[in-house]
Amino acid sequence: MASASAGSAAGSSLRRSRPRYGEAVIKGLLLAAALVSVATTVGIVASLLPPALRFFGEVGFGEFFGGTEWTPLFKPPSYGVLPLITATLTTTALAISVAVPIGLAAATYLSEYATPRTRKVLKPVLEVLAGIPTVVYGFFALTFFTPLLRDLWPGSGEGPEIFNGLSAGLIMGVMIVPTVASLSEDAMSAVPQSLRQGAYALGSTRRLVSIRVVLPAALSGIVAAIVLAISRAVGETMIVAIAAGLKPEFTLNPLQAMQTMTGYIAAAGEGDLPVASFDYTTIFAVGLLLFVLTFAMNFLSIRLVRKYREVYE
Amino acid sequence: MTTAPARHRTENPSLAGRFRPLEPLFKGMLLASLALAVLFLVVLLSYVVTEGWDRLDPRLWENFPSKLYPERAGAQSAIVGTIYVIALTGAFCVPIGVMTAIYLEEYADGSRWWNRMIELNIQNLAGVPSIVYGILGLGVIARGLDLGRTLLTASLTLSLLVLPVVIIAAREAIRAVPGSIRQASLALGATPWQTIARQVLPAAVPGIATGVILALSRAIGEAAPLLLLGAVTHITFNPSGITDSYTVLPIQIFNWTKQPEAEFHTLASAAIVILLFILLAMNSVAIWVRNRYQKRW
Repeated sequence: MASASAGSAAGSSLRRSRPRYGEAVIKGLLLAAALVSVATTVGIVASLLPPALRFFGEVGFGEFFGGTEWTPLFKPPSYGVLPLITATLTTTALAISVAVPIGLAAATYLSEYATPRTRKVLKPVLEVLAGIPTVVYGFFALTFFTPLLRDLWPGSGEGPEIFNGLSAGLIMGVMIVPTVASLSEDAMSAVPQSLRQGAYALGSTRRLVSIRVVLPAALSGIVAAIVLAISRAVGETMIVAIAAGLKPEFTLNPLQAMQTMTGYIAAAGEGDLPVASFDYTTIFAVGLLLFVLTFAMNFLSIRLVRKYREVYE
Repeated sequence: MTTAPARHRTENPSLAGRFRPLEPLFKGMLLASLALAVLFLVVLLSYVVTEGWDRLDPRLWENFPSKLYPERAGAQSAIVGTIYVIALTGAFCVPIGVMTAIYLEEYADGSRWWNRMIELNIQNLAGVPSIVYGILGLGVIARGLDLGRTLLTASLTLSLLVLPVVIIAAREAIRAVPGSIRQASLALGATPWQTIARQVLPAAVPGIATGVILALSRAIGEAAPLLLLGAVTHITFNPSGITDSYTVLPIQIFNWTKQPEAEFHTLASAAIVILLFILLAMNSVAIWVRNRYQKRW
């Protein structure tokens, strides 16, 4: 057989005796399917931009980013987005303060301490936490956790309001624990065994190896996990829509009711605002801000993960 | 050698003799964090079940939502709506997701910029907040394509939302099929597509099925995008076609949670138990498929 000269591009196909149109059509169909996801991104931008531009045509950037009052549906309206941003900041900071310590501790335990058997039992528990619908977390925050906080509130000062950022933020933190834990554990598991063995040979304890060797070596992956966690907290909707309230307040006090960016989009989108109305465009202006923020964070996170993959794989 | 045999079992090469109080303390803190997560899960589940227990009766699936009479209210339209939405979402996102995965794993040349862009784009989409997909559904699907706030719009939007999850799972399943299978098939004269359709895909089906079920269980629990797509409307009938208005379980739970009366919160708990039960059943199927059919190469 003299036809052994393999095609160069595919690497595995023999040189064809006749063109295979069917194969080309199939490849074209598959590529078309892959382009659906590109079209999704284009669609997101296309749905956000025109109404958002209409919004910014009438409301200047100065008023939007500098104003401390968000009352777009009142007369006269006020379009300062800062109250939505402070609420998002407050709930996100609370969520991160729960998710990062617990998630990192869980990841360290699973990666450095747990036997394969304990890992097999504990990992599904974290997966269950990740699988619970966010509306359930919201219900739990409003009807169980907030009353509990109000009952247990120490001292004579006023406790949290019925709707408050504290309860929403803390429960959101639990929801994000699996994100932090599983991404950080991936990064820690990617640290080569030889680094640990070197440290043990020098007399380090398991705690020192975890803190001084594994943690720094996995740092870019851990930072990626935290960035992604922040992005998820910023974008989470149901928990804050249920438990944080509907009142846009320019405050960082977590005991008050507050409305986040996502909370506003949900509340305004629920009502069927007429397409032609100016109120309708506020959803898209806030949505664009949310999209840009989370997009930047996701991008950063992906870059950081690639970095540690390049180093160790 | 002074090390006791028990020391070997701790697998810690450094514990040669001195007592180090920080070691157990550190380990204890790590374990306590995990215990906190487990405790949270136990409290959440037992709270929801005990709250909703009294209302977990046929009224819940035989009756329709009512804003005035909590004792008569049910969630039948939401349960039926959820089934419709998930069936349609699966029908849209599975073919496109699997085809994308095949393209990226079997055909795409990773050195081309457009293929790298497609990959990066999918990774980014996986992190876009779900409410932004709601805006996409509202602006492009409901109003741009003029499909309105219907079952079809909701399913298309949720399909796009879970598409990255399906793609990532399907890619992993396809990648797990060893290259030798492909080479053997090609060496026997099969075309690339024959190789994929007759060898690679059948071997990857269990992994793909597992990923698809997990993606759909995410779609079942999703409420945020549907808030923008008309699911909040008070619906007291079952949808009969894809252009009908609809509601789904998570949205019904949201509506009941918003009511101030405690009776509605009990109803919400009962509906949550049903929702969690559906999710549990789906995940069990996924685990069963994985254990029963997954091939080890």
